[in-house]
Amino acid sequence: MSLTLLHKFTLSELQRKFTAGDVTATEIVRAYYLRVTQVEPKVNAYLTQCKEAALAQADRLDQALKGWRKTTPMMAMPLAVKDNICTEGVRTTCASRMLDRFVPPYDATVVAKLRAQNYLLLGKTNLDEFAMGSSTENSAFGVSRNPWNLQTVPGGSSGGSAVAVAADECVAALGSDTGGSIRQPAAFCGVVGLKPTYGRVSRYGLVAFASSLDQIGPITKDVTDAAILLGAIAGHDPRDSTSANLPVPDYLKALKRKDLKRLKVGVPAEYFADGLDSEVEQAVRTAIDGLRELGADIREIKLPTTDAAVATYYVIATAEASSNLARYDGVKFGLRAAESKDLLDMYLKTRAEGFGPEVKRRIMLGTYVLSAGYYDAYYGKAQAVRTLIRQEFEAAFQTVDLIVTPVTPTTAFKFGEKAQDPLQMYLSDIYTISANLAGLPAIALPCGFSKAGLPIGFQLIGRPFEEETLLRGAHAYEQATHWRTKRPAIR
Amino acid sequence: MEITRQEVEKVAKLARLALTEAETTGFSQQLNQIVAYVQKLKTFPTEGVEPTSTVPGQANVFRPDQVQASLFAEQALRNAPDAEAQCFRVPKIIQES
Repeated sequence: MSLTLLHKFTLSELQRKFTAGDVTATEIVRAYYLRVTQVEPKVNAYLTQCKEAALAQADRLDQALKGWRKTTPMMAMPLAVKDNICTEGVRTTCASRMLDRFVPPYDATVVAKLRAQNYLLLGKTNLDEFAMGSSTENSAFGVSRNPWNLQTVPGGSSGGSAVAVAADECVAALGSDTGGSIRQPAAFCGVVGLKPTYGRVSRYGLVAFASSLDQIGPITKDVTDAAILLGAIAGHDPRDSTSANLPVPDYLKALKRKDLKRLKVGVPAEYFADGLDSEVEQAVRTAIDGLRELGADIREIKLPTTDAAVATYYVIATAEASSNLARYDGVKFGLRAAESKDLLDMYLKTRAEGFGPEVKRRIMLGTYVLSAGYYDAYYGKAQAVRTLIRQEFEAAFQTVDLIVTPVTPTTAFKFGEKAQDPLQMYLSDIYTISANLAGLPAIALPCGFSKAGLPIGFQLIGRPFEEETLLRGAHAYEQATHWRTKRPAIR
Repeated sequence: MEITRQEVEKVAKLARLALTEAETTGFSQQLNQIVAYVQKLKTFPTEGVEPTSTVPGQANVFRPDQVQASLFAEQALRNAPDAEAQCFRVPKIIQES
């Protein structure tokens, strides 16, 4: 098999080729690094590449398979992992100077699960520092570039993972999503991104940003691959007390039905209000028509507290971040500033040197909203509004099975366009944030292109732990359209 | 409601962040802008509404208090900026008077 074609396969296709013996693990690794060598200088998706380790692992697999063909689903599948997910022996930086040289002594549970299936780790992908941002412009190690237009951002914070998938530098990737960090870059890069229900996937070994919102999920070339990768990483973990003790269904089974008959899909008017770009709106409305043609019962619904979501999120997420990031004190791991006169001085200097501007801004905001005199007015209030948002979704899901919305108000924006205005950057998360606040599963998938040739995505939101309905809806739409066949030229 | 420069300095101290003059000025302006935006939460009535701190359905999780495998000291110290005799070494905390 020609190595120059391998990178074009989806995960499900590559699984079939490998299981059938048409391709070896070593050929897979060589093919993907050939591709990485070609496009990485243009897109900068990876912070760390693991070529030698991947080749050694592939060789071991190929040797072992000579007399034994039984394979696990993820065996020899070349994946990229966002660099805020711990990988034993492979540095995990969170795109921060603070963790520049941090080499985790253990694997995140999701990584351990994939390792147990003998996956291949191609590398660790770029992100906004500590997953705080929507463009990768906050990475301490340089931006990643959108393969569809190298002058535009790939989105964030899982920008590197979305780029690696869109540019065929891996077959699939893991990201993390606190306020849209899987779905927004997936939409900007024209790939599929799934944020599972809070608790569906273990957070053990995911470097904490906002613990009540963070969730790891797949970024893939199509919906089938999202179902496969979610199945590989989901499940209860005694090491994450917030992981749900529920069985993991066979997500591929959810894809068998090709129509959406008897499925009720809600359209919230609040998600189609001012600020939504007309090209994006048109593409999403056309996608909704597509769902209707597949048999879905489309209904108008109301989610009036949507207008409070961004404000609620930026109080709660920054409060949790300021607490979580207190651990970076220069004592046990990470950066320590030189020449400190005492312990307090060491803390002050280490954190000043180690954190970038956006991380400092969020720590400041989070510390402020938690400080004496403001706690009730901001943090307490935001927690109460979070309840309202959650209850509105619960009420909506009494009458509909899925909710359909845009993922982003615009297509991918240019570098620098929002970097100087933090609030404008925050407002670009308006359609993705609510699913995190309510703990709901949500998927972003392609539904068109702008006149400028940039991808547009739409979002389906589902009931807690009903990823199967989400995947069924997304898959039926995907199979009825041709968006997934378009690939970026990267130039 | 204006966040003063003094308040920004106080928050920075609480957060253990040494800010430059320029950072203090920038954060003063940006925090005011963001906090002004957050005021919109006041327009949503929440009297008698229970706060959500984590998504419901989850209570405290317990496990038996049993000895389990853990990292060896050498592994735990491998990422330490400064270590000696199986301890993390830090600058002197108690100063001589």
